[in-house]
Amino acid sequence: MDPQIIIARRVARELKSGNLVNLGIGIPTLVANYVPADLKVFFQSENGLIGTGPIPEQGLAHPTLTDAGGRPISALPGAATFDSAMSFGLIRGGHVDVTVLGGLQVDAHGLLANWMIPGKMVPGMGGAMDLVSGAKRVIVAMQHAAKGKSKIVKTCNLPLTSARPVHLVVTDMAVIGFADGKATLLETAPGVSVGEVMAVTEAELDVPDNIPEMAI
Amino acid sequence: MKAVSVEEAVAMIPAGASVMVGGFMGVGSPERLLDELVRQNKTGLSLICNDAATPGKGVGKLFDATLVSRLTATHIGLNPKAQQQMLANQIAVDLVPQGTFVERIRAGGCGLGGVLTPTGVGTLVAEGKRQIEVDGKPFLLETALRAQYALVHAFLADYFGNLAYALTSRNFNPVMAMAADTVIVTAENIVPVGVIAPDHVVTPAPLVDYLITNG
Repeated sequence: MDPQIIIARRVARELKSGNLVNLGIGIPTLVANYVPADLKVFFQSENGLIGTGPIPEQGLAHPTLTDAGGRPISALPGAATFDSAMSFGLIRGGHVDVTVLGGLQVDAHGLLANWMIPGKMVPGMGGAMDLVSGAKRVIVAMQHAAKGKSKIVKTCNLPLTSARPVHLVVTDMAVIGFADGKATLLETAPGVSVGEVMAVTEAELDVPDNIPEMAI
Repeated sequence: MKAVSVEEAVAMIPAGASVMVGGFMGVGSPERLLDELVRQNKTGLSLICNDAATPGKGVGKLFDATLVSRLTATHIGLNPKAQQQMLANQIAVDLVPQGTFVERIRAGGCGLGGVLTPTGVGTLVAEGKRQIEVDGKPFLLETALRAQYALVHAFLADYFGNLAYALTSRNFNPVMAMAADTVIVTAENIVPVGVIAPDHVVTPAPLVDYLITNG
């Protein structure tokens, strides 16, 4: 299975009926595809919409109905629109139950860096800092390693997104939690051993006796 | 409110002015005003906009024509021209978290000196800012943001200047309509007074200085 799909399917299992959820761009966007149809989840798009729906059929897009990347989307029955002050009031005010974001690095204490690479990539933080500071639960969805280098690091050397730690990291190899402020291996991906995860993880991981396989 | 042509409205804006522009990735931006800023070559603008859109769209046109000298925004990663101009030091860019960006503008429009936000504490964003503890929790003091001009786009405007917006094109428009000395509006549709029901007016008419005539 494609690594991105493993991650998206596993993250989708974290969402509960009634949750207000904000998905970042990249792998997080894929999560919506794997939420069971009978689960009533409200997806927020931070440009001012709760109740985002799939990309409309060819010819049915409307120029004033877009996602945070400016791409056409649809709105589900019961959707609500609002201005940016309300949108970020929802985010910072703790009304968003879960946010799923991409990551460049997550450190041993759950601190996330995901908005710039000094000298290389300075796009701006957009809504990421508010989401990590304010959402009730922050989940990072990212590849475990990039070009063979662990993205789960001892200490982030890239600029932090927030001083608040994230709650869960889901990668193509493992699920890692930070319940006691320490990175703890919670699950391994199908066909991946604990040893293989440890071998490509720079941060020290707490490893409980029983590590179940990721359900996807 | 005064109804004026787009040429007249833009002629009022001097080169070097500070200008807030509504829109999110060019969605909900006053395209006709932006086209006219380019046509009248209003250089040295101090632009306040969520993002730099993309070349050819929304405020992206201002970067195509190199009219911007300062930019306050939350994200410019999808406009390579804005990125190049920033890296070549042709524009000074202040990147602000999006929730902070909108609250600073809201504060500017509501007579507040600023806001206290937890966003950015312990990051690069906190550099040079006052950190204030409230009930044991750290917050950054983020100061109010205003501009000389707000360029706003609405879905409906009535003859008085009451405004209503459509779907995700609302975004920063109503907040910016409160935070500038002069507010200039384009609307998809200009309708008789009463068509927008009182409960559906988002920006009340007294906030609007100029409405650009259609056609």
